[in-house]
Amino acid sequence: MIEKALKGNRNYWIWISFLALVIASGISAYSQQRWFGLTVTGMGRDVSWGLYIAQFTFLVGVAASAVMVVLPYYLHNYKAFGKIVIIGEFLAVSATLMCLLFILADMGRPDRVLNVMLYPSPHSMVFWDVMVLNGYFIINLVSGWTVLGAERKGIPPPRWVKPVIYLSIPWAVSIHTVTAFLYAGLPGRHLWLTAVLAPRFLASAFAAGTSLLILLTIILKKTTGFDAGSEAREKLAVLATYAGVTNFFLIGTEFFTALYSNIPSHMHSLQYLFFGLEGHSNLVPWMWFSLMIGLGSVVVLLIPALRASSKWLPAACAGLVISIWIDKGVGLILGGFVPSPLEDIVEYSPTLIEIAITLGIWAIGALLLTVLLKVAVAVKTQE
Amino acid sequence: MMNEERRAFIKKSGLGVLACMGAASGLIPKFSLEKTVLPAWDEKQVPGKIRWGMLIDTRKCIEGCKECVAQCHHVHNVPDFNNRKDEVKWIWKSSYNKVFPTASQQFQSEKIAGRSYLALCNHCADSPCTRVCPTEATFKRWDGIVAMDYHRCIGCRFCMAACPYGSRSFNWQDPRTAIKDPSLAYPTREQGVVEKCNFCSDRLVKGLLPACVEACPQQVMTFGDLNDPKSEIRGLLENNETMQRKPELGTKPSVFYII
Repeated sequence: MIEKALKGNRNYWIWISFLALVIASGISAYSQQRWFGLTVTGMGRDVSWGLYIAQFTFLVGVAASAVMVVLPYYLHNYKAFGKIVIIGEFLAVSATLMCLLFILADMGRPDRVLNVMLYPSPHSMVFWDVMVLNGYFIINLVSGWTVLGAERKGIPPPRWVKPVIYLSIPWAVSIHTVTAFLYAGLPGRHLWLTAVLAPRFLASAFAAGTSLLILLTIILKKTTGFDAGSEAREKLAVLATYAGVTNFFLIGTEFFTALYSNIPSHMHSLQYLFFGLEGHSNLVPWMWFSLMIGLGSVVVLLIPALRASSKWLPAACAGLVISIWIDKGVGLILGGFVPSPLEDIVEYSPTLIEIAITLGIWAIGALLLTVLLKVAVAVKTQE
Repeated sequence: MMNEERRAFIKKSGLGVLACMGAASGLIPKFSLEKTVLPAWDEKQVPGKIRWGMLIDTRKCIEGCKECVAQCHHVHNVPDFNNRKDEVKWIWKSSYNKVFPTASQQFQSEKIAGRSYLALCNHCADSPCTRVCPTEATFKRWDGIVAMDYHRCIGCRFCMAACPYGSRSFNWQDPRTAIKDPSLAYPTREQGVVEKCNFCSDRLVKGLLPACVEACPQQVMTFGDLNDPKSEIRGLLENNETMQRKPELGTKPSVFYII
């Protein structure tokens, strides 16, 4: 089936070459990081996680959002998602691969990564996260590929694949819950030490991931002519809307608890992110932009006429993705380190090498997604 | 021909003698070239039997004196990059509001709020860092010391995020380039792993006190077994008002302070 990815028009190959270039620059930047150490990044003693872990957190959400098409289609037999479900599954596969690569990029000794498996430590949330992420990658790849393969041959998919698909539903929830638990159980990191972190992660995942999926179907329609259907898009947009509303509601509850209780340690990170702390305010414009564009997008999506509009829908979806990317992919991780346990305020900004590696990993994900979707579209359109 | 055989014989018997010495030093501690004493050898290593702890009498600590820091960092080959981002530190001095941010700050006497305080790994009884480590590269020893296995650490820096005291440092770059006066007492580390104070487990096994305790001209620090009610440290804890850093987090630090 993979041979279908080797046939494409000029634009397809231009896109593939572009991704290959970005990947190459990422690999070259990574070789520098391996040689000189993580000192080439903006991370340091005080802000010890940065862009990599933030991307990882955001992408786990994108991966988890596949459940928003898998569940209605397979559990409730919602036929309108018939064409979109494979896109969701392959998006999950690519996002999970990027998650794993971002973890690897963040490691000081990636050559020892197998130690996580050689010395399994169930008391560590990382151990569980590596388990569920690898599992999720395999589950989605296997179920997506198998169903697609059966479709190509014009036969019903094998019976064993059904339970695997059902398994992917709770598994999707598990990957983002475990990811939230990475942060939510650390004493002294007050921005993360909140029981709503896992629910918030799920809400923002279902908002951003679903929006990204809508955007993907629009891009596919434009580039390949393969249309997942406007009914599917509209239904997904409703799901994204309410997930977005829930997300902003949960962010609001964080503000209330921190500010009304007036406990300094609980307020500091939020103050740093949204108002600046002791003159340090690098992230303030980012956070307000995220909040404004996110709320604006949710308002647009709430209005049925705008949600159905072919102009407003992609704009609002893009707005929601950007908003949540900033919230999770920038603010949440960096804010957790400010102030430091020793009450120091150190601001982080990524280096060029770090950005090149990050773009490289995104390009690897995009390449995998392109190839998988190329195959899917070829099968679906009987090319 | 004859010579060749003799050479081989001498070589092999030499190796045999060395092997015997090695075996003997393993079986009988007295034969070892590097002296090791109790408790690692004589006592049965029952987890939780000993809990090494430290009491720092901050009243005796001289402002500006950094003998303990210098000695610790020299003995353990702690690099000095002279920049905050790459900084590695095992023990250091910091201000009252940074070391005890959750202690009473308002209207605190200038005498107390203006002094510097020693900070180091607390070797917590309920250590969050060992809980989050995915490879048990950092782990709790039977004697209460939170130790590091530099050869197992994958450099994920989870322990750094989990430590509420900022006691852990990462080797953002090769530390060996920044060690001015290398010591043979303790191995250097590699780029990409986490390190921190080891309560001088390397010295305890030789029957020595921690380097910082020994280096202090004022005997500010008292080191001993917190599980032994008759120990000097327990006596001092009994007779003085003491505090731990951020006790509200439930980590149960093994480092105590007299303010």
